[in-house]
Amino acid sequence: MNPIQKFFDKIEPLFEKGGKYEKYYTLYEGHRTILFRPKLVTGKKGVQVRDANDLKRTMITVVIAMIPCLLFGIWNIGHQHFLAIGETATFIQKIGIGAIQAIPIIIVSYAVGLGTEFAVCVIRNHPVNEGYLVTGMLIALIMPPSIPLWQVALATIFAVIIAKEVFGGTGMNVLNVALTARAFLYFAYPTDISGEVWTYLGDATAVDGYSGATALAVAYDTALNGTGTVMESFSSFWAEGMYSFKNMFIGAIPGSIGETSTLMVLIGAAILIATGVGSWKIIFSVFAGAWLMGLGFNAVGYNAFMDMPAHYHLVIGGLAFGAVFMATDPVSAAHTETGKWIYGFLIGILTVIIRVVNPAYPEGIMLAILLMNVFAPLIDHYVVESNKKRRLKRATV
Amino acid sequence: MSHTIKLKKGFDINLAGKAEQKISSAPKPETFAIKPTDFPAITRPKLLVEEGDSVKAGTPLIYDKMAPDVLYCSPVSGEVAEIKRGDKRKLLELRILADKENEFVDFGKHSKSDLKSLDAEKAKETMLKSGVWPNIIQRPYGIVANPEDSPKAIFISAFDTHPLAPEYNFIYKEDEEAFEAGLEVIKKFTQGKVHINISEDKEMLKMFSQAEGVQINKFSGKHPSGNVGVQIHHIDPINKGDIAWTVKPYGVIQIGNLFLSGKYDASKKVALTGSEVSEPQYYQTYVGASIKNIIKDNISGDHVRYISGNPLTGERIDADGYLGYYDEQITVVPEGDFEELLGWIKPTTSKLSIHRAIGLLSFLNKKKEYVLDTNTNGEERAFVLTGEFEKVLPMDILPNYLFKAIMAEDYDEMEALGIFELVEEDVALCEFIDVSKHELQAILRKGINLMING
Repeated sequence: MNPIQKFFDKIEPLFEKGGKYEKYYTLYEGHRTILFRPKLVTGKKGVQVRDANDLKRTMITVVIAMIPCLLFGIWNIGHQHFLAIGETATFIQKIGIGAIQAIPIIIVSYAVGLGTEFAVCVIRNHPVNEGYLVTGMLIALIMPPSIPLWQVALATIFAVIIAKEVFGGTGMNVLNVALTARAFLYFAYPTDISGEVWTYLGDATAVDGYSGATALAVAYDTALNGTGTVMESFSSFWAEGMYSFKNMFIGAIPGSIGETSTLMVLIGAAILIATGVGSWKIIFSVFAGAWLMGLGFNAVGYNAFMDMPAHYHLVIGGLAFGAVFMATDPVSAAHTETGKWIYGFLIGILTVIIRVVNPAYPEGIMLAILLMNVFAPLIDHYVVESNKKRRLKRATV
Repeated sequence: MSHTIKLKKGFDINLAGKAEQKISSAPKPETFAIKPTDFPAITRPKLLVEEGDSVKAGTPLIYDKMAPDVLYCSPVSGEVAEIKRGDKRKLLELRILADKENEFVDFGKHSKSDLKSLDAEKAKETMLKSGVWPNIIQRPYGIVANPEDSPKAIFISAFDTHPLAPEYNFIYKEDEEAFEAGLEVIKKFTQGKVHINISEDKEMLKMFSQAEGVQINKFSGKHPSGNVGVQIHHIDPINKGDIAWTVKPYGVIQIGNLFLSGKYDASKKVALTGSEVSEPQYYQTYVGASIKNIIKDNISGDHVRYISGNPLTGERIDADGYLGYYDEQITVVPEGDFEELLGWIKPTTSKLSIHRAIGLLSFLNKKKEYVLDTNTNGEERAFVLTGEFEKVLPMDILPNYLFKAIMAEDYDEMEALGIFELVEEDVALCEFIDVSKHELQAILRKGINLMING
């Protein structure tokens, strides 16, 4: 027998009924099942053999799909940092700075989130769920690099308790948990999650003309000031070539840690779609909705932001990241296959509307997804009703 | 007239241990059992015999107080050896110690030409008292048919697509006459059509593909295309108030034999399959046989599970347990009651999964046969993934919503979402692929029971 198994066997009586730590059985079991596939077998009647996949494997696949975004994000923090302070730096230096900024955020997100989960599990005596594997990484990736760690912790606790556990835990939540964390910060500490927070400066001084604005902010300001087109503003940005389409696609731009690179997000999307973990219908329809809405605004052409070429909407801001990793959350998204098309499409449309029309907050994907999370059950309701109607119609024919 | 219905959804579970097409004769089992639990319809089983009584093949043993006309009879002659009861004196098994040679109750012979003119009521009466009636299953609910009903149609699936399923074309090739006779009798019970559903993907016996006076329908596709419930859904779906009957080819043959020979012939060929069987093959035996003699000296694993039936819908039995009434298959797979270090995360090619999160490259080797053990490969969780069940249920049904309606005991929703069209075997694949590891077949049966009693 494996020595780890032996160790677990040895301490098991402490956690069993009547044991010293009976209350913490769920913690013990949670750790054991992370290390070992449990020895549970199928029942007397019904399926006698089971598919090899389980929820843990599904969740870890999503985490794997996010790794390209994470790695790129770490590099990009360093890259933006040195760009802003006007120094040249090696790849390793960039990674170093990035890692120092990003890894604590990830650690805090996981430690605080899992801690909260475990605490709730112990209090309510239900098994530890693997849902947080994904949420923990998502929360870290949608934070600005300069976010104070205590805010990450606070947002995480809020999201896990209010968005998930009060509804009954993984699988029961209405809203996307990670987005709730970000929404919490947006409403509670707006100054720390908007404005010039997207580039980590540290103690260094920024170069002359430095502007920490994101592409969305630039586009919005251009429309507000009525000076020239968005394309002109992009090309005259303080760092040359920063907001070229190619650079924005690759993602070497200021933004949240993991969301700047459309390319890396697409690699993640490829992993999710290839493994069948993420719904390609939702991903595709978010992009389609956003692009079509962009075209629609082009046709209206009321201001410069509306005139921005529609395909730029797909690479700026967090649209791609939201479409691939947030909108596809199977719990808070529409559950029916037809519903997924509608759900994704509306997210795409709403994102661009919020971006272009809403004066308060330039990024739209977060609010669009949260809004559609709320409407997803309604979409499903109508899809289910149509199924019932079809069934009923058949009966009367 | 026939047309082909192509089903794209589904999943073939390719397990190791397919039965070779040869029939061995194991020594006749010493004991046989009738298990009321094989029949979901029986709610209050009543005994007609006592321990020590001697019985013939065809002697009634039990009946259901709620449907007293249907008799469940002894498959062989011998002595009632033991009546096994469980909690609250629930009747679990009625064991018969078999004679060496079978003696039969005589139910009266008919010639094949007589059968055409045989009165339906008379035929029904013979079938009820001889023990062959439970072969007729009613939809909705998948319970033994009520003889008072007149079904809108009768459906026979002439192929089985379950993993390691017995090959009907092989085991029934000598039963043409009995099948035709059985069909002749069954036709009397409906004003509607009798449907025989055959596989488009393989050559079928003439008695299926060229049966006379019936509607032949062709189906192609993966499992569950052989499930009669799926077939009914595509041919003539069951709506509220409808009653349809289904019979397996074995039932039709048994009914035919009853009328041709006047005997309740409970002999059947079963497939002994599974990765832990040294020589998977077919055996000639009887309904309710103890599997002891069949598995003897033919099991290679040392810690195995014996399943009466197939690995999707079967029932765990002991090494000296008994074959279920409707089962034509015994499957032996490894028990999976052991832990596996990082079993949920490590890359592997030996595990089977419809989900590409594990079987990403499995399409490279489609013919690979898998050895699956009985481990659940994960703990029970809330429903998280969506759209997965729909991939393996080729029906216009939203399984997730139906299961939730059942859990909520919402009768109207269950009805509106299609509970009338399903029995356990139809959702077995959903249960197999469910990453949240729910016992969906049990949930469905709970819903069906609610509908019956509600």
